[in-house]
Amino acid sequence: MEMLSGAEMVVRSLQDEGIEHIFGYPGGSVLDIYDAIFQSDKIEHYLVRHEQAAVHMADAYSRSTGKVGCVLVTAGPGATNCITGIATAYMDSIPLVVLSGQVPTFWIGDDAFQETDMIGVSRPVVKHSFSCRTAEEIPIAIKKAFYIASTGRPGPVVIDLPKDVQNPLNKFPYEYPETVSLRSYNPTLSGHKGQIKRAVAALISAKKPVLYVGGGAIIANASKQVLELAEKLNLPVTNTLMGLGAFPGEHKQFIGMLGMHGTYEANKSMHNADLIFSCGARFDDRVTNNVDKFCPNAKIMHIDIDPTSISKNIHADLPIVGSVEVVLQQMLDLIEETQAANDSESINLWWDQINEWRAKDCLAYKTSETHIKPQQVIQCLYKVTKGDAIVTSDVGQHQMVAAQYYPFKEPRQWINSGGAGTMGFGLPAAMGCKIAFPDRPVVCVTGDGSIQMNIQELSTCMQYNIPVVILLLNNRSLGMVKQWQKMFYGGRQSHSYMDSVPDFVKLSEAYNHIGIKVDKIEELEPALIRAFELKDRVVFVDVAIDPEEHVYPMQVKFGSMQDMYLSKTEQTDA
Amino acid sequence: MRRIISVLLENESGALARVVGLFAQRGYNIESLTVSPTNDLTLSRMTITTDVVDNATLEQMMKQLHKLVDVLRVSELTQSANVERELLLIKVRTVGSEAREEVKRTCDIYRGQIVDITQNLYTIQLTGVGSKLDSFVATMDDASEIVEVVRSGVCGIARGDKALRA
Repeated sequence: MEMLSGAEMVVRSLQDEGIEHIFGYPGGSVLDIYDAIFQSDKIEHYLVRHEQAAVHMADAYSRSTGKVGCVLVTAGPGATNCITGIATAYMDSIPLVVLSGQVPTFWIGDDAFQETDMIGVSRPVVKHSFSCRTAEEIPIAIKKAFYIASTGRPGPVVIDLPKDVQNPLNKFPYEYPETVSLRSYNPTLSGHKGQIKRAVAALISAKKPVLYVGGGAIIANASKQVLELAEKLNLPVTNTLMGLGAFPGEHKQFIGMLGMHGTYEANKSMHNADLIFSCGARFDDRVTNNVDKFCPNAKIMHIDIDPTSISKNIHADLPIVGSVEVVLQQMLDLIEETQAANDSESINLWWDQINEWRAKDCLAYKTSETHIKPQQVIQCLYKVTKGDAIVTSDVGQHQMVAAQYYPFKEPRQWINSGGAGTMGFGLPAAMGCKIAFPDRPVVCVTGDGSIQMNIQELSTCMQYNIPVVILLLNNRSLGMVKQWQKMFYGGRQSHSYMDSVPDFVKLSEAYNHIGIKVDKIEELEPALIRAFELKDRVVFVDVAIDPEEHVYPMQVKFGSMQDMYLSKTEQTDA
Repeated sequence: MRRIISVLLENESGALARVVGLFAQRGYNIESLTVSPTNDLTLSRMTITTDVVDNATLEQMMKQLHKLVDVLRVSELTQSANVERELLLIKVRTVGSEAREEVKRTCDIYRGQIVDITQNLYTIQLTGVGSKLDSFVATMDDASEIVEVVRSGVCGIARGDKALRA
């Protein structure tokens, strides 16, 4: 059998797992692994400028491809800098394997230089973690980590690797396990047959159904089944922020995103539905608004691979544990087999009602002579990219506007931090997507607050020539914070201004990128056309937008789903 | 409402921390927790007593426990007939033969065992349900001076055919 050191085993195991890209930052505790990487020609490593960005890159690489993202960092601060990234992936169920160095086993517990209990620090935000105390444990730990990260409800897994375990002088027999099984971990994929029958019956007999599709449908690659079911039964479909793209944004049955900044028609339809069929969505507080007033007449059906998501916030009348893809296919097969059909007359009546709500055109906005509106920027982006770009975003108003005004055609096209709401996610995320899809246009829609949280990655872009487009909706303030302060804090704008926003054009140029400043609406489209034509350069488009613009619709706090502010002056009837 | 949850989990380092962390993180209350390896040394058996406000919380708690990768089985003992026991070790100080007699008598009534003795100190072992131990401690408090008390926390097992096995 081949004899390898612990460090070599790490690299070989990753190779044998099929890993091609890894994101990281070296340091004392992982120097042996980095030396092994240096000698490997199969794994491409990207050196970031801050470990948090490495995790976001791996995370978005995973979100855009469906593969597991992989990160390598050193002990102590290297590891703790990853925590925000890990928490981000955890909240959105993204499969990652994070390898972190550790002080040698004989120093653990002695407060050695750069010692941090990474297993302990990361525990609340990982799906699982391993600490390897011998080199022989490494291949099996890595195999298990990838298996756990990518199956069931995916999530990040941390592997702690003490330095002495990596020692290049000690060689051990190496064999990468082909398969792995854990007696304590067996995710359920297919739905209970009785529940499938009941679900089909309920769906067929519903007069006002809504298909409520979340990120789980994207993770499970269930878009085909969602589309088939929706078209077969003529169901209205709403996507969550995480589910955008799971159902085509321009499909006539798509009623928009739901929730806090969802469309009027989506929130109205939910509230007035008699059946809500949740496919891989978890009734997050940003969706339900006040749970006591949530959809009073609806029967709740809920498919989720994670039993804890079912009946956590909203009681499910008809729970189905399983993969969205498998369960929907089971339902489709049963519908096919029994030739089940719903009553088209009542569904048409339901559509009449929905179309009435749609006619309100809740996403309409007033343009201005003096200011560029953020909505215009996203609509222009859609036009220029023909709706084909991979769009990543940061967190705030720009994120909501991008979600509302860029109708995503397909899954894995919209990459954002939905659960954790991590500012600083967008740029490294765009880089991760671009590495995965070098030939596709990738754009990071960001704000002047968010972009500055990981702006150092412009340097990584330069080093590896990762030509993403950065589209900054610059309102010289923390727009969403300001919006809340204006609406709910008597207009007191406590620390939501950026009094010294840098010159982003000069900043980009300092990193040898191209910066374009846009102040007038007529400059916007040419700037974006140029940005996407310059395929081998990072282009930073800094658009000065109306600093007073708010995001609407917006649900009224403590209200039901259908209670919304529609503009600064208009509100739905209470 | 008080509930007893049995958990069968991998006997691995960090497994206990994950369970305790879960309870802290989600704001669940732990009244007592006992854990020890089983006859199969690769497995640990844990008994948790908790106070939950409603069944939905209990259901979520059990699901969250089961979601932990190390956990094989979770069951709620209080759902059906069960045996629950707790071990008490108590050290009391007595002066004079009358007081010593009283301690011995009380101990016999409760079917406790005296496991250590010095001139002025008795160490007594007692098993039973929590309320019995409470009552014994209160009685001892009257009969002597309590020096220290150690309680194991609850261990539980289902009656009859029901079993928690890998």
